[in-house]
Amino acid sequence: MSIEIKGISKSFGGFTALKDISLSVATGELVALLGPSGCGKTTLLRIIAGLEEPDRGGSVRFGPAPGAAGPGTNSADGGHQIGFVFQHYALFRHMTIFENVAFGLRVRRGSGRLGEAAIKEKVMALLRLIQMEMLAQRYPHQLSGGQRQRVALARALAVEPRALLLDEPFGALDAQVRQELRRWLRRLHEELKITTLFVTHDQEEALELADRVAVINAGKLEQVGSPAEVFNDPASEFVMNFVGKVNLFQGRLVQGQPVFDCCADAPLLRFCARAHELEIETRHNGGSTLPARIARMLDTGAQVKMELRGREGQAWHAELSHDRCRELGLRDGQEIWVRPRQFRIFPPREARA
Amino acid sequence: MQPLSTGSSSSVARARVNTGPRRLLLGLALGYLALFLALPVAFIFIQALAGGWRAYLTPMSDPMALAAIKLTLVAAAVAVPVNLVFGVAAAWCIAKFEFTGKTALTALIDLPLTISPVISGLLFVLIFGLQGWLGTWLSARGISIIFAAPGIVLATVFVTLPFVARELIPLMAERGKDDEEAALLLGASGWQTFWRVTLPGVKWGVFYGGVLSAARAVGEFGAVSMVSGHIRGRTNTLTLHIETLYNEYNMTAAFAVSSLLLLLALATLAVQTLMNRAESGAAGG
Repeated sequence: MSIEIKGISKSFGGFTALKDISLSVATGELVALLGPSGCGKTTLLRIIAGLEEPDRGGSVRFGPAPGAAGPGTNSADGGHQIGFVFQHYALFRHMTIFENVAFGLRVRRGSGRLGEAAIKEKVMALLRLIQMEMLAQRYPHQLSGGQRQRVALARALAVEPRALLLDEPFGALDAQVRQELRRWLRRLHEELKITTLFVTHDQEEALELADRVAVINAGKLEQVGSPAEVFNDPASEFVMNFVGKVNLFQGRLVQGQPVFDCCADAPLLRFCARAHELEIETRHNGGSTLPARIARMLDTGAQVKMELRGREGQAWHAELSHDRCRELGLRDGQEIWVRPRQFRIFPPREARA
Repeated sequence: MQPLSTGSSSSVARARVNTGPRRLLLGLALGYLALFLALPVAFIFIQALAGGWRAYLTPMSDPMALAAIKLTLVAAAVAVPVNLVFGVAAAWCIAKFEFTGKTALTALIDLPLTISPVISGLLFVLIFGLQGWLGTWLSARGISIIFAAPGIVLATVFVTLPFVARELIPLMAERGKDDEEAALLLGASGWQTFWRVTLPGVKWGVFYGGVLSAARAVGEFGAVSMVSGHIRGRTNTLTLHIETLYNEYNMTAAFAVSSLLLLLALATLAVQTLMNRAESGAAGG
C-alpha cells in the first residue's frame, strides 16, 4: 500500500507544528522522517495514523498495492489496517505478551474473526519471528526494553497491516540494543516488505535503515532523497549540518576558490565542508588556508579525527587517514593550516520561499 | 601494616544517621495514634462488652436497630454503584481530554468534600422539602423525598460523590492515552478499548474508590441527619440510631451498635491493606 501525503499543515493554538508537507511513500518502501526534537515529525506520523486531524486543505491518501484493483482510500480504516509502534511501546501492562500480541485478533468483529486455535497459531508464529516464544506468558514489566520493543512490533504486525508506522522505535534503548534492533528491523523489512515509515532524530539510524530519508526542520520538509543524496548533496545548510558534521568558513569566492585574506568588496559567504573534505597543511599556502591549532587528536577508528581551533576561536573537525597524518607528522597542540578542499555554499535562508 | 584509620569500628561501620530525632518522631506519632485512635477504639469495645455477650447482642436484634442497618445498607448499595459509574466516567473525561468546563467540573467534584455535611443535607431539604422548590410538585404526586428513605439515599450519594473520581483522575492521567490509542489502532472499538484496556488498567483504583465510598456512605451523619426527620424504624440510619440511643442514655446499647461501625472500619482497613499488597505484587498494577 502506498501513502500519498499532500499539503499537510497542523497548528496547535498559536504554534505551527507542520507547514504544508507533501510526501509520497511507495509500496514496500522504508522511509525515515528525520529531524530534531520538536520539528513536527511525530505529529506528521500521528496524522497519517489518524490519531490527529490535519488542518484544512491537507490530505492523506492510501493507495492499493500494485496490481490490486480499485482506487485508493482517504482513511486508514476500511480494510487498510495501519500498524503503529509507540515510542514507549504502549504495551498493555495487565496482559501477558501472548495476550498483547493477540489483542488485535481478539477484538476483530464480523467475518474477519478467527477462532481460538487460529489466533494461537498466528501469535506463536509471530513470537517465533521475534524470537520470544518462550516468554509468551510473561508480563511487560518483566521484559527488557529491547524485548518490549519487539513485542510492540509483533503486536502491530499481528493484524497484517498494509503500512507500518514507527515513532522513534529505538529512542529509549541503549546503544548496543539499538544497533542490534536496527539490523533486525532492516532484515524484517526485507522479508515482509511492508510499507514502513519511521520517525527518528538519529541521523545515523536514518541513513543506515531507510530507502529514503525525509529531513524535517521546524515543520517544513527540507529534503527528501536517498541516504547518499541527503548526505552528499544536501539541499540546505540545515540538512548538511543535521545529517553529518559541518565545518563553516567565512570568506569570499574568487575564481571558484575560497579566499580568506583579501577582496573585501566581494560578498562574504559561508563555506560548508565535511570533516573529510578539509586539507591540512603544515605551512601557509596562499589565501585559501586559515591558521589553526590541533586541540585534540583522536587516533581511534578507521580515520584520525581532529578537533581544530582557529585564531578567532572557530571550531572545526577534520578527518584524515592514518597515512596522511604520519606523512605530515601531526601532533596534539601543533599549529597548522586548514583549507576546505571541497565545499558547498547555500543561499541564505531568507532568500528561499 | 598500619590500619587506614583509627577510631572505633562501630562509628565507621554504622550509617551516619542520627537515630535520636528519628526515634523521637516515631514515638510522637505512635503516641498520638495511641491516644486519639487506639484508646477510644479499645474503650468502645470494652464498654460494649462490659455487660456480657447477652447485653452486647440484644441491641443489635432490636427491630429499630435492624431497620436502621437495613436503611444504611440500602443507601450504600445505591450510592456506591452510582458513584462508581459517575467516577469512572468523570475521571476518564478529565484525565484524557481537554474541554470547556473541565476546571469547573473538577472543582464541582470536590464540592461535597469541602462543604459541611450539614449544608449538603440542607441543600436537599431546600430543593425537595415541602417548602422547597419542588415541594408542591412532589407532594401533589404523593412523592416524599425528605423525611423518607429516598432523601437519605440522595444525601448519601451526594457526600460519596468525590471518592471514586478523585482516586481515578491521577491514575488515569498517569496512564496517559498511549494504551488506548494503541488499542484503537489495532482495530478495537471504543467499548472494547474501555473494557479491555482502560478499566483493567485502573482496577485497583476503582476498588479503592469503591471501598472508600462504601465506608463513607455507612458512616455519614450530618447530611442524613438533616434530611432524615429521625423517625425511628423508618428514617434512622445506623449512625442516627446510635445518636438516638446515646441521647436516651442507653450507653451499653449505643456502644454495642457503635462497635458494628467500628468493625466495618477495621474491615475496610484490612481490605485496603490486602489490596495494597496485591497491587504491588501483581503485574505492574
